[in-house]
Amino acid sequence: MTLNIRIQQGFDGFDLDVCFSADAGITALFGRSGAGKTTVVNAVAGLLRPDAGRITFNDEVLFDSATGTFAPPAARRLGYVFQDARLFPHLNVRENLEFGMRYAPKGTPGAGFADVVDLLGLGALTGRAPATLSGGEKQRVALGRALLSKPRMLLMDEPLASLDGPRKQDILPYLERLRDGPQRLPILYVSHAVDEIARLADTLVMLQAGKVARAGPLFDVMSDPAAVPLLGVREAGAVIEAEVMALAEDGLTRLRISAGDLHLPGVQAPVGAKVRLRVLAQDVMLSRARPEGLSALNVLPVQIDSIHTGDGPGAAVSLIAGQDRLLARITARAVSTLGLETGTACFAVLKATSVAPGSIGR
Amino acid sequence: MTTDAAAWEALRLSLWVSLWATCIAVPLALWVAWLLARGRFRGKTLLNALVHLPLVLPPVVTGYLLLVAFGPTAPLGRLLEALGIPLAFHWTGAVLAAIIMAFPLMVRAMQLAIEAVDPKLEEAAATLGASRAGVFARVTLPLIVPGILAGTVMGFAKAMGEFGATITFVANIPGQTQTLPSAIWTALQIPGGETQALMMVVMACVVALGAVVASEALARRVAARIAGA
Repeated sequence: MTLNIRIQQGFDGFDLDVCFSADAGITALFGRSGAGKTTVVNAVAGLLRPDAGRITFNDEVLFDSATGTFAPPAARRLGYVFQDARLFPHLNVRENLEFGMRYAPKGTPGAGFADVVDLLGLGALTGRAPATLSGGEKQRVALGRALLSKPRMLLMDEPLASLDGPRKQDILPYLERLRDGPQRLPILYVSHAVDEIARLADTLVMLQAGKVARAGPLFDVMSDPAAVPLLGVREAGAVIEAEVMALAEDGLTRLRISAGDLHLPGVQAPVGAKVRLRVLAQDVMLSRARPEGLSALNVLPVQIDSIHTGDGPGAAVSLIAGQDRLLARITARAVSTLGLETGTACFAVLKATSVAPGSIGR
Repeated sequence: MTTDAAAWEALRLSLWVSLWATCIAVPLALWVAWLLARGRFRGKTLLNALVHLPLVLPPVVTGYLLLVAFGPTAPLGRLLEALGIPLAFHWTGAVLAAIIMAFPLMVRAMQLAIEAVDPKLEEAAATLGASRAGVFARVTLPLIVPGILAGTVMGFAKAMGEFGATITFVANIPGQTQTLPSAIWTALQIPGGETQALMMVVMACVVALGAVVASEALARRVAARIAGA
């Protein structure tokens, strides 16, 4: 599966000009408000006809300004989950779900009504009117409705943005199930929330002012020091994969990554499970010598790969930790005081609290 | 004919003409309302002006223009007469006059209802695979039922009350083109006709009130369903 996107669209004082492709798995489209994320998704869905460009799904041309090709949304068979669920107010939940089924091509493999109701926990809601549902419930119904239309790919535009923290936690596991499920439905996932992306995405495309600023596998882009200004200093940080080794009596979990073991609290996964860890760059300290008598439990031997300094007093340091990469955000003064340079071997000190529970999953 | 029988005949004719006019005008008005609300085409302003013209023109002028266009000597009138639809001085002409006069009111109500439907819902339906016709039938139409009902009742009431254009175009022939308003006017011209006029005034009031009450009840049921009560 490959979705190739190349579009140009002019707005008042703002030009969108992007080119990227999305493969199987979850491709996250990240950017601040107004970066052009929704425009891109609407163009893919066929709700917007760009000024110029070409969009193809596998070998099928959805849009090509050169030949005047433009497939209407109904012909594209791409499910779209909007930020505002957009449930039909005159239909109850069951009828909304059935609306999705009505136009699904017959005989296409995919989840049936009972499967989707089960997967999304909608059983108790089928008789309810959309107006009586909570935000999270609406979003689950909208997701179910899109799935039942048997889409070839799912487009999601900030599906969790209108939900509060606990409600997000209600939906995220469903999205992970979808990603890891038997169908492995490809998803183009728009978000400005780094924690969602760190938890869900396989590929990350970063938009800035209508242009693709960075694109690549999630683990690579998140540990790229050049991506720090795009993600924001507080949000930047590497995502690494870890295996749960043991659960200790005191509530800490021992996790193995390629550079060694980490001890973290609040990991809700069984022994043997693979989880994603998000290590915020601002929560990583560097030391030339192995630190002694420190309250932090997690110390990893690392090697400095590159140091990026910007206009400010900060520096983003890319670290090689075994086969993984970490990102540390320290001051430029510390870089010179410690004499850090590319190739320097040192120790990264990670606070155990630097891993948000929401970013552990799989 | 007794005066009572003449009054009932006028009521029957008015209901007949108004029902025909409403049945023909509703689908047309819905189509034009959709064009004006959602369409993007050249000449939209012109169509809008044309539809609303009878609202601002004196009804006598509209009636006269109809006479010019569809009269017995006009080519269009002769063509329709040859096809078996004589219009001038015939009840079918009264239907045409009622349609023209009721049309802007119907379009207005339906257009407002369509414009109130969130286009985002229609977009959502399209991404689920619904064609344009499917989107209209399954999303837009159910959501604008209250607007259609309101437009229908207003149009029906206008048709029932139409006087100026009708009497100019098809005159005032008892049993053929003498609708309730024409009959009331005629009765008031005759010394001692007040009793008959009063009877017909009561008829007109009852029909109008009945239409409004029925549409209110229907609209409330539809609105309750949409609100999920």
